[in-house]
Amino acid sequence: MRFLIYRYHPEKDQKPYMQAFELDGLDKNKMLRDALLLIKKQDESFTFRHSCGEGVCGSDALNINGTNGLACITPLSSLKEPVEVRPLPGMPVIRDLVVDMAQFYKHYREVKPYLVVTDPEPEVEFKQSPEERSKLDGLYECILCGCCTTACPSFWWNPEKFRGPAALLQAYRFLADSRDQAHDKRLEELDGPYRMFRCHTIMNCVNVCPKGLNPTEAIHNIKRMMMKDVV
Amino acid sequence: MTLARRKFDTLVIGAGGGGLRAALQLAQADAKVAVVSKVFPTRSHTVAAQGGINAALANVLPDNWHWHMYDTIKGSDYLGDQDAIEYMCRAASNLVVELEHAGVPFSRLENGNIYQRPFGGQSQDFGGKQAARTCAAADRTGHAILHTLYQQNIRAKTHFFDEYFAIDLIKDEEGVILGALVMSIETGEPLLIEAKTTLLATGGAGQLFRTNTNAHINTGDGLAMALRAGIPLQDMEFFQFHPTGIAGKGMLISEAARGEGGYLTNKNGERFMERYAPNAKDLASRDVVSRAIFIEVQEGRGCGPSGDYVNLNINHLGEEVLNKRLPAICDSIRTFLRVDPAKDPVPIYPTAHYTMGGIPTNRQGQVVVPIEHGEEPIPGLYAVGECACVSVHGANRLGGNSLLDIVVFGRAAGNDIIGYLREHRYHRPINESDVEQAMAHLTRWDRKGDGISVAGLRGELQAIMEKYCGVFRTEEILQQGLEKVLEIEQRLDDVVLYDHSKIFNTARIEAFELENLVDIALATVKSALSRQESRGAHSRVDYPERDDKHWLKHSLFYKQDRRMAYKPVRLKPLTVDTFPPKERVY
Ligand SMILES: Cc1cc2nc3c(=O)[nH]c(=O)nc-3n(C[C@H](O)[C@H](O)[C@H](O)COP(=O)(O)OP(=O)(O)OC[C@H]3O[C@@H](n4cnc5c(N)ncnc54)[C@H](O)[C@@H]3O)c2cc1C
Ligand code: SF4
Repeated sequence: MRFLIYRYHPEKDQKPYMQAFELDGLDKNKMLRDALLLIKKQDESFTFRHSCGEGVCGSDALNINGTNGLACITPLSSLKEPVEVRPLPGMPVIRDLVVDMAQFYKHYREVKPYLVVTDPEPEVEFKQSPEERSKLDGLYECILCGCCTTACPSFWWNPEKFRGPAALLQAYRFLADSRDQAHDKRLEELDGPYRMFRCHTIMNCVNVCPKGLNPTEAIHNIKRMMMKDVV
Repeated sequence: MTLARRKFDTLVIGAGGGGLRAALQLAQADAKVAVVSKVFPTRSHTVAAQGGINAALANVLPDNWHWHMYDTIKGSDYLGDQDAIEYMCRAASNLVVELEHAGVPFSRLENGNIYQRPFGGQSQDFGGKQAARTCAAADRTGHAILHTLYQQNIRAKTHFFDEYFAIDLIKDEEGVILGALVMSIETGEPLLIEAKTTLLATGGAGQLFRTNTNAHINTGDGLAMALRAGIPLQDMEFFQFHPTGIAGKGMLISEAARGEGGYLTNKNGERFMERYAPNAKDLASRDVVSRAIFIEVQEGRGCGPSGDYVNLNINHLGEEVLNKRLPAICDSIRTFLRVDPAKDPVPIYPTAHYTMGGIPTNRQGQVVVPIEHGEEPIPGLYAVGECACVSVHGANRLGGNSLLDIVVFGRAAGNDIIGYLREHRYHRPINESDVEQAMAHLTRWDRKGDGISVAGLRGELQAIMEKYCGVFRTEEILQQGLEKVLEIEQRLDDVVLYDHSKIFNTARIEAFELENLVDIALATVKSALSRQESRGAHSRVDYPERDDKHWLKHSLFYKQDRRMAYKPVRLKPLTVDTFPPKERVY
């Protein structure tokens, strides 16, 4: 199988280039991560992040044949040759496929992604009905891989100001939690022309999320909450 | 070269559930905490835990902590320390409620309480009917807990060193631990973190074995750091093989699959667990089920063209249960096996899963070493989680007890450190000589020339451990295993790196990890060879019985001279009566 891999080594290279690799006798039932590991065996200087190998840690988000996804759950059989593998778009490249995620994490922290309760805490669990709990499905499963945010043109244009789909999905995860008591504050902080309203419903995020989550819908729901609060 | 330094009250190495729970306790008490992790915190392997966390909330069936305690001791094959187990089981309900208050999205029952499911080895009334003790967020409980703990640490303004690799502990002449030498993976620069206390929470060492449920990063670094600091490792012969890994690949299918009603069959369609564990059947303890599968396959009743696996059946549970209770597992099965779990059985086989042994600690998370009479803490050093051995899991861990272990002892260690910091207000000076050994370890990999590759040797080691230190063991096989691992240790000297660059050099990181794995492999094989009995996960074909007269004791392996020592099991609980060892039937 043929691969074209983005290479850039800041200590050696003036600029990035694409390097071709050929792997013989690959089992196409294997995942892209397995192939990348074989390439690393040939050339130990080739660098990418990976860990759990089963799509839960979110380390190996890459741009694969033009679409963002996780290498460890992308079957080789689904890929057209030559397989072009690049780092997540729009992010500063540290080396080869490794990007600097600092901005992405900063937006995540900015939405205060934690439950806020001001009432005194009981000695038992807060009650939450199965219906209330089901509102968190499709939100809490996010693995912070960054596939969505780095596929979003609004984020490419305003990386410092627009929170991006992943952070906004998390903002909504807490807005949707029946236990949370920072509702108004959260909405207030998302107001203004940039933080959320830069979303132009391009929907790239929805198409690439490896966990099948829907940030666009979450953003839509936040907007509805804001409208309701105004009326 | 001047070494960059940072100073904190306390250093936590590891940002899994154990490290983050401790850090949270400390940050909330206004201690200055640094958390070092070789991956971004939410990528730690706690994220992969599926089934749930045990606590006798009695939300579904009658339950209490004392029954939980009994099950844990029996599950441990009586090697668990009963004081630590009582402590953990008593604390469980509060800790789970605390997690819920912190935001963990547990699944819910109709009345709004936390959902609980049955798991292996659980009983009501000291060995009676099946209990339902495992609190779950669908089958993503570890993810839910890890993300919540990270989020609360963001709130508490914990200081994170993400993608920093810890190389070695720093110890002064009096044996006090003063922090650690770490390295920024991004820049390749070393950094000395000075701290009044250091907590190891570096997780397990599943990468010892070729087929495992662990992440690539689970290389037991903290265990090897302790060994190099002269600290022994406890009970390393007890490595858990989870019965239901995806055959040939290793990804875990949680015990929750059987907890929700799944069962195992052999090639004749027989529910063979009925023969091995007439009462608990498919929900017997993990060591029991793993051995049963192994025997079925060995005796020619395995499924598939090569007869090398058995089937897990969950297709009768119906789409609703599968989607609501086991969604992530079903995804995994579809992705990695291309099988539809709602229609077809799932091929499974035992796979290396959990490190029961580890760095010996007491209930407060202090690392302890034997002295002439009893034991004493190493000043300034703590350990919690899968890298530690308290020991609440003894010879065999019950499912759902590890997530509990990490939060209970993470919190306890945090509290003890707060007390320690009150009594030790100032940093002790670090001398050049205290750092030398760690620096030498770092520069060892600068060596150039020709030699063997890191990845190659890692693969060989894993294959050896799988073959010579697996589910069933004998003197002869273990002896061969020991020789082979010693040979690998020798060849470590011939390993060289071809990539000597600084920036994000993962090859160098993997070289450190390989060294660590070799140390731990030796500890594991040597401890297994020494223990001449069968107990929990350690099955010796040549010594098939448990031997309480000679072996009701913890093993300790020292790196120096590869020496073994032993210490007694703590059979006396805190307040209740001892559960004396008796025959273990499920
Ligand atoms: C697939 C799977 C499913 C499981 N399901 C369950 C379950 O349902 N219930 C249950 O109770 N238990 C379960 N377990 C077990 C449980 O998840 C683990 O034992 C537990 O999460 C370990 O937590 P920890 O904090 O000790 O370590 P980890 O979560 O592994 O974290 C280790 C941390 O240490 C860091 N680290 C390691 N080495 C270094 C170094 N050299 N330098 C810097 N940082 C380092 C890592 O970056 C990471 O942050 C499961 C385990 C697996 C593998
Ligand atoms: S929403 Fe999906 S794509 Fe975006 S970070 Fe989360 S898991 Fe990744």
